[in-house]
Amino acid sequence: MKILKLFIIIIILITNFTKGNSNESKDNLVNKISKNIRCLICQGQSIYDSQSDFSISMRLVIKKKLEEGLTEKEIYDFLKDKYGQWITYEPEFNKKTFILWIMPILLFIIGGAILFNRLFVKKY
Amino acid sequence: MKNKILLISLILFICFCLVVLFKGLNNSNVYIPETTNKIIKEFKSRSLFSDDEISSEKILVNSDYYILNIWASWCGPCRKEHPKLMELSKNPSVKLIGINYRDNLKNAKNFVKKFGNPYSVIFVDTNGIISIELGAYGVPETIIVNKDKKIIKKFIGYLDDKSFKELNSILK
Amino acid sequence: MLANQIGYYSLILGLISSIIIIPISLKNYPQNNETINRKIISLSFFQFFFVLVSFIGLVFSFINSDFGNETVYNNSHTTKPLFYKISGTWGNHEGSLLLWLLVLTFFIFLFLVKSKSQPKKYRILTLLFQQIIIIGFFIFVLKTSNPFNYLFPTPKEGLGLNPILQDPALAIHPPILYLGFVGSSVVFSSSLAAVVQGYISKSWANHIKIWILISWFFLTIGILLGSIWAYYELGWGGFWFWDPVENVSLMPWLSLTALLHCILVLEKKTILTSWTITLSISTFVLSVSGTFLVRSGILNSVHTFANDPERGLFILFFLFFLIFLALIVFFVFHKNGNHETVKINFLSKETSILINNWFMMYFLSVVLIGTLYPIFLEVLTNEKISVGPPFYNKLILPFLVPFLIFMTFVPYLRWIKSEYNKIKIDIILLFILSFIVSFLLFKQFGFESLMISILIPFTFYLFLITAKDLLSKNKKNFSQKVSHFGFSFLVLSILLNSIFSSEIIINLKEGETFSFQGGAIKFHSLEENNGKNYKSIIGNFEIYDDKNQSIKLMPELRIYNQPSIVTSEADIKTTLFYDKFLVMNSVKNNEYFNVRYQLKSFMIWIWISTLILALGGFLSFTKRLYEK
Repeated sequence: MKILKLFIIIIILITNFTKGNSNESKDNLVNKISKNIRCLICQGQSIYDSQSDFSISMRLVIKKKLEEGLTEKEIYDFLKDKYGQWITYEPEFNKKTFILWIMPILLFIIGGAILFNRLFVKKY
Repeated sequence: MKNKILLISLILFICFCLVVLFKGLNNSNVYIPETTNKIIKEFKSRSLFSDDEISSEKILVNSDYYILNIWASWCGPCRKEHPKLMELSKNPSVKLIGINYRDNLKNAKNFVKKFGNPYSVIFVDTNGIISIELGAYGVPETIIVNKDKKIIKKFIGYLDDKSFKELNSILK
Repeated sequence: MLANQIGYYSLILGLISSIIIIPISLKNYPQNNETINRKIISLSFFQFFFVLVSFIGLVFSFINSDFGNETVYNNSHTTKPLFYKISGTWGNHEGSLLLWLLVLTFFIFLFLVKSKSQPKKYRILTLLFQQIIIIGFFIFVLKTSNPFNYLFPTPKEGLGLNPILQDPALAIHPPILYLGFVGSSVVFSSSLAAVVQGYISKSWANHIKIWILISWFFLTIGILLGSIWAYYELGWGGFWFWDPVENVSLMPWLSLTALLHCILVLEKKTILTSWTITLSISTFVLSVSGTFLVRSGILNSVHTFANDPERGLFILFFLFFLIFLALIVFFVFHKNGNHETVKINFLSKETSILINNWFMMYFLSVVLIGTLYPIFLEVLTNEKISVGPPFYNKLILPFLVPFLIFMTFVPYLRWIKSEYNKIKIDIILLFILSFIVSFLLFKQFGFESLMISILIPFTFYLFLITAKDLLSKNKKNFSQKVSHFGFSFLVLSILLNSIFSSEIIINLKEGETFSFQGGAIKFHSLEENNGKNYKSIIGNFEIYDDKNQSIKLMPELRIYNQPSIVTSEADIKTTLFYDKFLVMNSVKNNEYFNVRYQLKSFMIWIWISTLILALGGFLSFTKRLYEK
């Protein structure tokens, strides 16, 4: 039990410290966003990874939008509005994608239940 | 009994996967987003032949239809569709607006001098920002806008005979 | 020309061997003699031999640049270096399938030779199942992807190999990966045969483990090479992109890793039989699904081969044929009754392996669902979505924490069982140590996300624990300790890499210098150079660090002549603690270059730790050979 307490204290300490540290520079934010945006004219590359005209322009647009004061989320929304869901690598959570997000976790729980059953309940 | 239910549901599930993947094979990989019915926001840039900054609000007036054509001198397909644009420019109910995408200005000027200028105005989009904000992929791309500044149709890639027919039927 | 003909007819002879082997095996199967008919083994050898001749024929066509062969014409060029002419043989769809066949026939021959101590009927059945797979691939190659198609008139010059594929790591990546995939086909056939024979037992587990180890070893190395290639050649400094094609190689790996652990239990006690068979089947099914997803063009990926719907269709039906075959065999023949009546003790090795499998299956389901869901959604609702790194990170990282914690307990399970209340002092010390180190790191640098801050101390702890185990005097399960150490080291390296890496992207002209916090980049000059099949522009850069020491980096832009493609070659200076990675790209209509400078921490340790992970499998494999 002592270990557990120690555990929790340390985790809380660490999590508290991380919060004050979100001062990313603008360039880093551009990079971060462009890693999550698909280059639509390439084969499976992100805007960040590609050197196509589309990607170069897109990075400039992201930078411009940041300078205009848009937040990261607003930029994603802007691009999704223009190009559809296909453009972001992070699928939204909505009625068409909830299975995608929930199913693995559901399977994990079912797996855990089977395992529990096998170990503690079922008698051979 | 339990096993049989499991087997049948497994088989059904697998058949379902088979059908879906089979259909998926025949899907094309070309992706065209739903962009119609969106209003074009104002954009500003200098024009290719005069150095003044112009605004789209001043250009998108007094016509039934506007056609925004994104092009560049370095793009081969643009050359191919150019005669069709020249033909379009004769249509009085249409205003053809060029957006010169990531181009060398000298080459762009030579291009229209050599092949003719179908556009009533050409916006210079050196870094591609205007095109991206219009939701474009690259060059060439043709966007039809009605008088309410609403996008009604978009052609990605060069205008072949089929899409040119479609375009003309929309304008009628 | 001659090599081409020989290759083609030899391939047909290979198919004929299959057709002969099957009736002979069926005739031999019910006979009561102890040993397998010798004819079968020689036929199996001849089949391998014919495919080998065919393969060598194709290699010769490539070496001689025989453009009368369509495959050579499409993928080779006279000016290509010899090494890449040879590797071009399997750097394309047709040739790579021929390589699949080669490995398939080789492995089944090897299986027959090496399984003499096993029951005859089981061996013959394995051969039969394997021949079904082999015939499937033969028909696939001959019907849809014949590597020996003629072109007439013979073209003077070929179209060339995509330059980004001209890389040493990628040249050996496919063969190694295929050894892994095909190895899993042997496991598949053998488990089906064992089910039919009711031979799922300790001795079967003991015998098939070696094939699982082989597949696992090659699959691990194959994935590693692919990753190294992506890092060096694609030129943007990442090593794993959660690209669908990478995912399809990771899925069989996860399934196989689960199987590898599971078979350790079956080796000792006859339990978990159904589960072991399920994993054996799913590993190979996932391998073939991978082939389907990559070759059919259904996915949108960096790595997709040129595709052809007919091919996709064939593999799709073949894949589902295999799934149904496996399903029927499983449900008809598998009897759940032959369990040993053992209750699994909660604090035992079996429990830990089950928990391992539980997590492996979770990771597998994340990758599987993430890869397939967009296809399903598009077909069913006509909506296109992308599933990329953010999805995988969000679903995998949180589950990595309990997984790592669990791994730290594994070696102590037996110990906990006997001495429940005593706690070893050194474990606690290591635990505290890892938290202190993480805390110091954190204070110094600050971590980006909460998840990483939680992961770091546990990863450190696991790393220390596994290192301690590795160094302990007790050499029991040494190979397992090596692999576990490799794994924890890998996770640690990846985490540290993601925390400490930094990058700068700027536009620079010749002669300019860019200063940033802690250093500067100086762009001295440009040079031109001529390679064998490309021209290149080399940038001379100098990077200064905060102590004003400098290193020279020379990234290249290569303009390949055939096909004419521009690639950027990064220049990378590797040291023990970080890689300095510099790549430049030309910008249209501008005299400046887009320069990307990255400091990638602990890069080399990612490769080394993966090698250590694989080495564990290799040690276990050699140990078994030695014991025999």
